[in-house]
Amino acid sequence: MPANPFNGFTDFGVGIGLRVPHYRHILAEKPVVSWFEIISENYMIDGGRPLHVLDQILDSYRVVQHGVSMYFGSPEPPNREHLKKLKTLVKRTQTPWLTDHLCWGSVDGTYSHDLLPMPYTFEAARHTAQKIREVRDFLEIPIAVENVSSYAEFHVSEMTEWQFLTEVVELADCGILLDVNNIYVSSRNHNFNPLDYVNGVPPERVAQIHIAGHSKFEKYILDTHDHPVIDPVWELYSRAIERTGRTATLLEWDDKIPSFEEVHNEALKANQFVADMAVTS
Amino acid sequence: MNLLEIQHRMLDAVMQPLTNDEQMQSHTRDGRSMHDVAAEFIKPNDRLSSFERLEIYNRQYWFRVLASLDEDFRGLRAIIGPRRFEALCKAYLIECPSESFTLRNLGSRLEWWLRSHPGHLQPRAGLALDMVRLEWAEIEAFDGAAEPALVPGDVLASDPDPRFRLQPYLQLLSFHYAVDDLLVAIRKDDSDSEMASNAVSERAKRAHLRKVARQKPQAIFLVVHRVDDSIYFKRIEPEAFKFLKALREGRSLSVAVMQAFEGRDIQENKLLATVQGWFENWSSLGWFCAPYSTDQDFISASGSQS
Repeated sequence: MPANPFNGFTDFGVGIGLRVPHYRHILAEKPVVSWFEIISENYMIDGGRPLHVLDQILDSYRVVQHGVSMYFGSPEPPNREHLKKLKTLVKRTQTPWLTDHLCWGSVDGTYSHDLLPMPYTFEAARHTAQKIREVRDFLEIPIAVENVSSYAEFHVSEMTEWQFLTEVVELADCGILLDVNNIYVSSRNHNFNPLDYVNGVPPERVAQIHIAGHSKFEKYILDTHDHPVIDPVWELYSRAIERTGRTATLLEWDDKIPSFEEVHNEALKANQFVADMAVTS
Repeated sequence: MNLLEIQHRMLDAVMQPLTNDEQMQSHTRDGRSMHDVAAEFIKPNDRLSSFERLEIYNRQYWFRVLASLDEDFRGLRAIIGPRRFEALCKAYLIECPSESFTLRNLGSRLEWWLRSHPGHLQPRAGLALDMVRLEWAEIEAFDGAAEPALVPGDVLASDPDPRFRLQPYLQLLSFHYAVDDLLVAIRKDDSDSEMASNAVSERAKRAHLRKVARQKPQAIFLVVHRVDDSIYFKRIEPEAFKFLKALREGRSLSVAVMQAFEGRDIQENKLLATVQGWFENWSSLGWFCAPYSTDQDFISASGSQS
């Protein structure tokens, strides 16, 4: 039984991001991994090694696509060429669902290549939800949007981030990729209680969870994905799955990437929280 | 302030160049105080001002795009030096910000831009431009499309003057300098530097560059190609280059041969042996595409296929 209507894939368990330094190990050793998440943009190409490796991975593993450039909150309509390339990849990977960020990053076709934060307004929510619907209709696949880490808040915001997230996913009728590390990072940067966030999102819409590490600076925290997951983030994860039920979980490690075993072992720590949840429920 | 106004203001600020010590500029391009601009739409908190919060994004933007160009154009960086390379990249990105969803395409207009800004490359503009073209060709060759390769069983014999198609990923380049050798040497230096001190590696790099700078220009004809998904450089003769260019332009075999050997006095049997040798070699590298099926020929001929 799926844990909720937006998560029909509860058997996915704990996965890790497919990253170049691990290609050789994975292809040679074929380690047991529940699933891999790929960054869609790295494979939205016409040929060459990345696609060749991906095809070999697809022979043995389940793959879910995660995007970094759809920019649902950007003002321009979805780029048709981008969508066509993405759909080609969707057909190749047979990804059961697709995720990207609740953010913006381009204006009038000029790209920042960053995940810029949304102002939490009803206008922005309507605009973003409409774009998510358009993308989903074109790709013909379930979409879940991820909360981003942020370092700035806007005067015009009319609600909290979790209220905004809820507003968008309700209007778009889509799922949530709940990044508990991002919640923690933003909570420290914006002085809110991260548990309020986790408790505030509609659990029935959480399709996937991200966990990751970050870097702490003197006056703010940066979402760097270059460390193990810290205990407070695991605590948020524990509370999240308590509310959502068993949910596909993914560890992101994108910089200073250690060995495959180290990354995988860090990810598999999530299973302990799932087991604890089963005991207490 | 509505969503679009916020996005315009924020992107303008984020993409404005950093100061020399990697801080956000104190004023916008039109002379307004950046502190005032930031305060208009970004909230401060108990640790950071509006300016400082915006600055985080400003710095992230520049670190990210500069790192991307640095990774893609190590050869150019070695030729003009790291400081001038950084200045060049900043100037390029101000005039040619990314218009693609992927950072892979960030350097796609660099050669074009440098041709109208040669001052960034002096006194080695020719060498540097050759290097930029080679480094961009590598990017194109790395993830370009590949079609099924022509194999001996593929029938082209029925056509008395067939048209051979080259693999889309294949890059054909002519240079004035031996930038292929130089790029390989620079990469070796970079790789060695991981094991040696920076000082030793910089000395080795400078020695290589001095050697290249002393070289006289020479015509180089190069194919950037793939074998087992790895990129290789293959030098070819001028006639072979002309021949491949003609095939890429859709010329028939006889026209390509004519263009390749135009003005050359060569015996027919020697010419045939040369072309045959090329085909044997290039076929073994998979450079030719298998012919379209009859259906595809029909679609292509009728103009329905893009």
